[in-house]
Amino acid sequence: MNKHSELAVYNFAYLDEQTKRMIRRAILKAIAIPGYQVPFASREMPMPYGWGTGGVQVTASILGPDDTLKVIDQGADDTTNAVSIRAFFQKVAHVAVTTQTAQATIIQTRHRIPEETLQDNQVLVYQVPIPEPLRFLEPRETETRKMHALEEYGLMHVKLYEDIARNGHIATTYAYPVKVEGRYVMDPSPTPKFDNPKMHRSQALQLFGAGREKRIYAIPPYTDVVSLDFEDHPFEVQQFEEPCALCAASGVYLDEVVLDDRGGRMFVCSDTDYCEKRRDNGHVGHLNGETAGAVK
Amino acid sequence: MSDHPLLRVNAITKYYGSRVGCTDVSFNLWPGEVLAIVGESGSGKTTLLNAISTNLMPTSGTVEYRMRDGQFRDLYRMGEAERRFLMRTDWGFVHQNPADGLRMTVSAGANVGERLMAIGNRHYGNIRQEATQWLGRVEIDADRIDDQPRDFSGGMRQRLQIARNLVTGPRLVFMDEPTGGLDVSVQARLLDLVRGLVNDLGLSAIVVTHDLAVARLLSHRMMVMKEGRVIEHGLTDRVLDDPREPYTQLLVSSILQV
Repeated sequence: MNKHSELAVYNFAYLDEQTKRMIRRAILKAIAIPGYQVPFASREMPMPYGWGTGGVQVTASILGPDDTLKVIDQGADDTTNAVSIRAFFQKVAHVAVTTQTAQATIIQTRHRIPEETLQDNQVLVYQVPIPEPLRFLEPRETETRKMHALEEYGLMHVKLYEDIARNGHIATTYAYPVKVEGRYVMDPSPTPKFDNPKMHRSQALQLFGAGREKRIYAIPPYTDVVSLDFEDHPFEVQQFEEPCALCAASGVYLDEVVLDDRGGRMFVCSDTDYCEKRRDNGHVGHLNGETAGAVK
Repeated sequence: MSDHPLLRVNAITKYYGSRVGCTDVSFNLWPGEVLAIVGESGSGKTTLLNAISTNLMPTSGTVEYRMRDGQFRDLYRMGEAERRFLMRTDWGFVHQNPADGLRMTVSAGANVGERLMAIGNRHYGNIRQEATQWLGRVEIDADRIDDQPRDFSGGMRQRLQIARNLVTGPRLVFMDEPTGGLDVSVQARLLDLVRGLVNDLGLSAIVVTHDLAVARLLSHRMMVMKEGRVIEHGLTDRVLDDPREPYTQLLVSSILQV
């Protein structure tokens, strides 16, 4: 750690205390009304929109000196977005960081929920690009807010209807709309629908921050989160035909990795920490240890 | 017909600043009755229709609607949630331009099914079956169910809009120039269709039009408006065959004879 005591430095976790109070008030309101999008005065952050400015502001507001932070991007701890945000908080808050899900108290995520079940001492912070689930069907913000207020959610099913009419099944695979605690319809950010069941009655607090759209919403622990569907086309998660090529895990979300230009490919866990832990425990997938060139 | 009107309009007045939209319009609409509002452009027809259908808050006056439980309710004293629910279940609104009343980027089936889903229907097969049935009733081929309305002709769009409005079995339908912008043969078919549906379903309707032929074909009763006021009011055949006001006489004699 660098010496920071005498130099002019950033306030703890970058944001000034008044801003953090403002964001915490928005978070408290969001927790009080599960699934409701609370407007907040989003700040400029030292990173572009789309890189998680909403999530970063939420994390900065709830972070304490004793917290341990984990940041994942598409499930991985070692991709650019995750590495930069982790480095950012190391620099401006000097907090402990980890890549291990179980050790983290705050996990900021882009697009995934860790495979390991989260506990009640953990907070999951999502980076959200477009918080409004009705946006692509109804472009007027005044109208969508009214629809939420009056619980007019027929339009959400129009989208699912279109999916079935065109594809024969509900083809929405990410940002799959959910109903929170029987009231608000919510966009779970672009997480794969595979993760939707993990939100249901989760022990961990889940917070969602959208920086550009200036909205915060939340799912308190033990809250009902139900994916929308039709009676004759019930909600289903993705199924994978083969287990992870590195750790042989099944029933987890897999990424497809192209190996060469001759059709070679492998499916590996998207959650890198989960995969590494399994490999440390001696699980071996069918491609583990081989190099890309050795496959076919 | 029942002993009570479906809609009671009482002294509706709408000012746009100091300009008059419509003034002091009162009438009753009875179940199963089609009322035409005619007049030239700018005479306040559309203002009146919007004020009655809760799209435009009138400056003064009341609109009362007899709910399914038989009670009259003042529309502007209802909560917004209740009013919007009424609008998408018990009412229909057919716009002159189908693009205003349809979702142009979702399929015809979803357009018809939207109201069903809005009132809680969650069975895809049933919704689709109902949509197919309604497309048939408005003479759209069943194999167009997955096409978007932007691929439809003007007449088909207008028929689709009608199906979309009627799917929840409304009791009252507002139509704003339903045949505007359609050529005459398509107009004739559409009017025929609407007349059949109104008869079959026992709908009440308020039709705004500048086309007296539409009024003649569809309506039982008509009101003639000029400069925001109703100047003549009576049974359609009486008004058209024996117009009393000079303006109505002018209007009737302006029809081109072919």
